[in-house]
Amino acid sequence: MSENWPLWEVFMRSKNGLAHKHAGSVHAQDAETAILSARDLYTRRGEAASLWVVRSEHIIASDPASSGELFDPADDKIYRHPTFYKVPDGVKNM
Amino acid sequence: MPASQYQPPKTAHAKYILRLADNALVLGQRLSEMCGHAPEMELDIALTNLALDLIGQARLLYTHVLTLEPLAPNPDILAMTRPLGHYTNCLLVARPNTDFAHIVLRQYLFSSMQKYQYEALLDSQDKALSAIVEKSLKEIAYHIRFAKTWVLRLGDGTEESHERMADALDYMWRFSGEMWEKDAVLEETVKQGLSADFTLQKDKWLKENKELLQEAGGLAIPDVGRMIMGGYQGEHDEHLGHILKDLQYMQLKYPNMEW
Repeated sequence: MSENWPLWEVFMRSKNGLAHKHAGSVHAQDAETAILSARDLYTRRGEAASLWVVRSEHIIASDPASSGELFDPADDKIYRHPTFYKVPDGVKNM
Repeated sequence: MPASQYQPPKTAHAKYILRLADNALVLGQRLSEMCGHAPEMELDIALTNLALDLIGQARLLYTHVLTLEPLAPNPDILAMTRPLGHYTNCLLVARPNTDFAHIVLRQYLFSSMQKYQYEALLDSQDKALSAIVEKSLKEIAYHIRFAKTWVLRLGDGTEESHERMADALDYMWRFSGEMWEKDAVLEETVKQGLSADFTLQKDKWLKENKELLQEAGGLAIPDVGRMIMGGYQGEHDEHLGHILKDLQYMQLKYPNMEW
């Protein structure tokens, strides 16, 4: 695979969904062919309402080795967690 | 050798639908040949998706034409057991998969025509046909988008890709004229209110092609001398024979087989 076919990450929002979820990746030369390939590869089963494609190199991920310092402190601070609020009847999507 | 269970269509209505179905079937079969053989994995899926769309269109059309005339006991026998001269697809769709440039150019020339051909059926007296066509037009829009994207990238790409696209154009253009001929079958179909005359869009189509080819690395429509015709009348060259040997094998060897 030459440098003409970089990797893109594909995010898909399903017809019932509210957020784009990571669906997989494609190799493509540019944005248009990335969208076409993502459509061909990931939307066959009629789930998609929207597609995003992003060059993989533009996604910066947190380092798993830093998970401790990044995420553990929040676990102890239960007063921040949204678990004490009673959702009233009839409120959807909470 | 079992007697053929096929009888040829008598009405222009049935002949025209059979033509549309055969176009879709033969092109679908050509694209299916690329399964596992495309240049990249993404393109393998793209081409086979196109093939499935076309074979789906073919199936709907074959099923529909059998409600008009009893050409065969079922759509499989109709699609897969006729002698060569009884297939009424245009010559373009049987062109071989010489390389990816040939494949995408063939697709672009066909699908961009098919869009006009099918739009002309949206107000057909045959309501079932206009329903099939309405659904198919979305697929066709995607086929055009895919093919156009690659014609541009190959034409306006490297020296090699440009040369291959130029060769493809030189070869393929002479088969484009047949698709725009207003023959007796189409004329009768128009008279009966089954189709509008889509051939009136030919100049518009030519203009679109010229613009696309110009953008695709400065390609120009070649001077081919004369257009090669005859597919719609069942006069095929050896290419359809090669296609049919694969397409027909199972049905001829195991008549009435089912999966």
